[in-house]
Amino acid sequence: MVKNVPVLDLDAIIDDPGTRIIVCCGSGGVGKTTTAAALGLRAAERGRCAVVLTVDPARRLAQSMGLSELDNTPRLIKGVEGAGTGKLYAMMLDMKRTFDEIIEAHADPERARQILTNPFYQSLSSSFSGTQEYMAMEKLGQLRRSGEWDLIIVDTPPSRSALDFLDAPERLGRFLDGRFIRMLTAPAKAGGRSAFKLLNAGFGLVAGALTKLLGAQVLKDLQTFVSALDAVFGGFRTRAEQTYKLLQAPGTAFVVVAAPERDAMREASYFVERLAEERMPLAGVVINRVHRSPAAVLSAARSTAAAEDLESRGEHELTSAVLRLHADRMQLAAREQREQDHFTSAHPTVPVARVPAMPGDVHDLDGLREVGTLLAAQ
Amino acid sequence: MSSRDTDWDGVRLHVVTGKGGTGKTTVAAALALALAAEGRKVLLIEVEGRQGIAQVFDLPPLPYEERKIAVAPGGGDVYALALDPEEAMLEYLEMFYGMRRTGRALSKLGIVDFATTIAPGFRDVLVTGKTTEAVRRKGKNGRRIYDAVVLDAPPTGRVVRFLNVTNEVAGLARVGPIKNHADLVSGVVASPETAVHFVTLLEEMPVQETLDGITELRRAGLPAGGVFINMVRGSLLPEAALDAAAAGRFDPAELALGLKAAGLAEGGSGTAVAEALAQEVTEHARRAELERQERTSLDAADRPRYELPLLSDGVDLAGLYELAETMREQGAA
Repeated sequence: MVKNVPVLDLDAIIDDPGTRIIVCCGSGGVGKTTTAAALGLRAAERGRCAVVLTVDPARRLAQSMGLSELDNTPRLIKGVEGAGTGKLYAMMLDMKRTFDEIIEAHADPERARQILTNPFYQSLSSSFSGTQEYMAMEKLGQLRRSGEWDLIIVDTPPSRSALDFLDAPERLGRFLDGRFIRMLTAPAKAGGRSAFKLLNAGFGLVAGALTKLLGAQVLKDLQTFVSALDAVFGGFRTRAEQTYKLLQAPGTAFVVVAAPERDAMREASYFVERLAEERMPLAGVVINRVHRSPAAVLSAARSTAAAEDLESRGEHELTSAVLRLHADRMQLAAREQREQDHFTSAHPTVPVARVPAMPGDVHDLDGLREVGTLLAAQ
Repeated sequence: MSSRDTDWDGVRLHVVTGKGGTGKTTVAAALALALAAEGRKVLLIEVEGRQGIAQVFDLPPLPYEERKIAVAPGGGDVYALALDPEEAMLEYLEMFYGMRRTGRALSKLGIVDFATTIAPGFRDVLVTGKTTEAVRRKGKNGRRIYDAVVLDAPPTGRVVRFLNVTNEVAGLARVGPIKNHADLVSGVVASPETAVHFVTLLEEMPVQETLDGITELRRAGLPAGGVFINMVRGSLLPEAALDAAAAGRFDPAELALGLKAAGLAEGGSGTAVAEALAQEVTEHARRAELERQERTSLDAADRPRYELPLLSDGVDLAGLYELAETMREQGAA
């Protein structure tokens, strides 16, 4: 076991009025959304005015907070306890709605209509693999600018590649500044004649190939879309960059969520390294679903040996079954410990909080409160 | 084909999906091994650029190339391919249009990046296109090169959109070569030669996603396959003891006697250990009860089910073979 791993004190983080944003990231299936919601509830019950922004469409989460469904508007959660004036709001990102609103807000009605009805826009706004990440950033910026909440907790999309949401603004930038986009928009905005000619010659070649591939109508739709969107995107990118800077600022705390399994811990390592590269402030790692045994004094080896002994004598069947069960549990705990040790030896300075595995899923505020207590009790 | 009857005789394309964390790649890999058993040839494809296949087989990263990676029980070959959309696009351009050089130029201009950014439907059609090409590919003797193709597909939440390429592309290209290509793909994907399998755990969220996924799949007219319940923990305890524990009535007294008999009660610690173990039994019983409920929920899907044990040493190569064997015993392959 790796010694002296620093402890992640989540209460200190949520109690610090300087903490304005907490970003929970991690691979899929590690309890990220539940962690975000539990932190939100705990923060509210300790006096913060918090909003949880989730991208998880699971209705269970909404129900656990007493709402039938979450939508694109922060909703007040009832049943928050605590002596202070804390409040909890929750919302689920609707990426298409968020995208539509941006277009409507930044383009004149005619151009907005052109964009909203374009087939490429519809595809982009509902299924672009980075749209969700991008819109989560956009929404985060909106919530922050509104000033209505003093703590925003974001649950990031379970991205294929770990930090897609950080890459989204850059990807969007690359997309818009790419030579191809410039070619597509060139005929509309080229000032100098020579530039126009040069780009157009290239464009002819590419357009020919694309027409062959996609058909002429597709290309025309694409061109209309790009030139319409181009006018809107300037403000878009500026805001994305602002949000990115906001994430690097001291008021932000990144919490990497993991489970004590090989893949999840490997992803956690990757997140920690990427966050360091991007100079994003990492608070620590939460390891969910850690198996422990109340009878840890009895080792797996002794337990198995005793079970074999009883079995060979044909006595105490129940006890031998329980001893085997216990040995399994101890082995699982040992394996989980090894996976955690791999991580902590590679990242010895990263604070860690561990949450024991619970038998069932969280169904209500009490359940979230319990998770919050476990998160804080390190 | 061997003389054994399996649940999926006649299926050539096995698509494996599942919620994140359920062990989708492991199950896809074990299924490929199981299908290749006894002298058959199977291609295992991954599409998300994670190099998951290389990880489960403990190999260096795989290139964009069909490469033999494992020998199946009883002789048989598993090939693997890590699909890259950009390479697939270049190959597609060359194969259908003889446009290799133009392809490189398009790639240099960032067109592939562009296409996958703005219209993931294009990306998906390239990936599924390459997959169905491998399914249909025939050797000189007129027989299919691969007896089966296993696709480690995107997670449950995205899989229907991923497979339903014609629909995705239709919005963008109503006519033209991409549309024709998509039609060809969906001819395979929507046929009885394909089965879409779901990997789940006996937990509330993955089970719910599986049920939702199957419903969505059926609505899209795509063929639902089996449900693989992964990481199942066998119960060692007798039913009666489990029931008593779940109801909070497990009596540690008998356990204390047993511990004493086993020589684990030295210094009078027997009672304390018995109580701690009883607590462990109660937690185990509660979990077993929840698992029972999830199994009942899965009945609604009405799909063949396979149970894969939790491997106590984690998944290594030996574990993969063990899972493959379990699949064969249960008729999954």
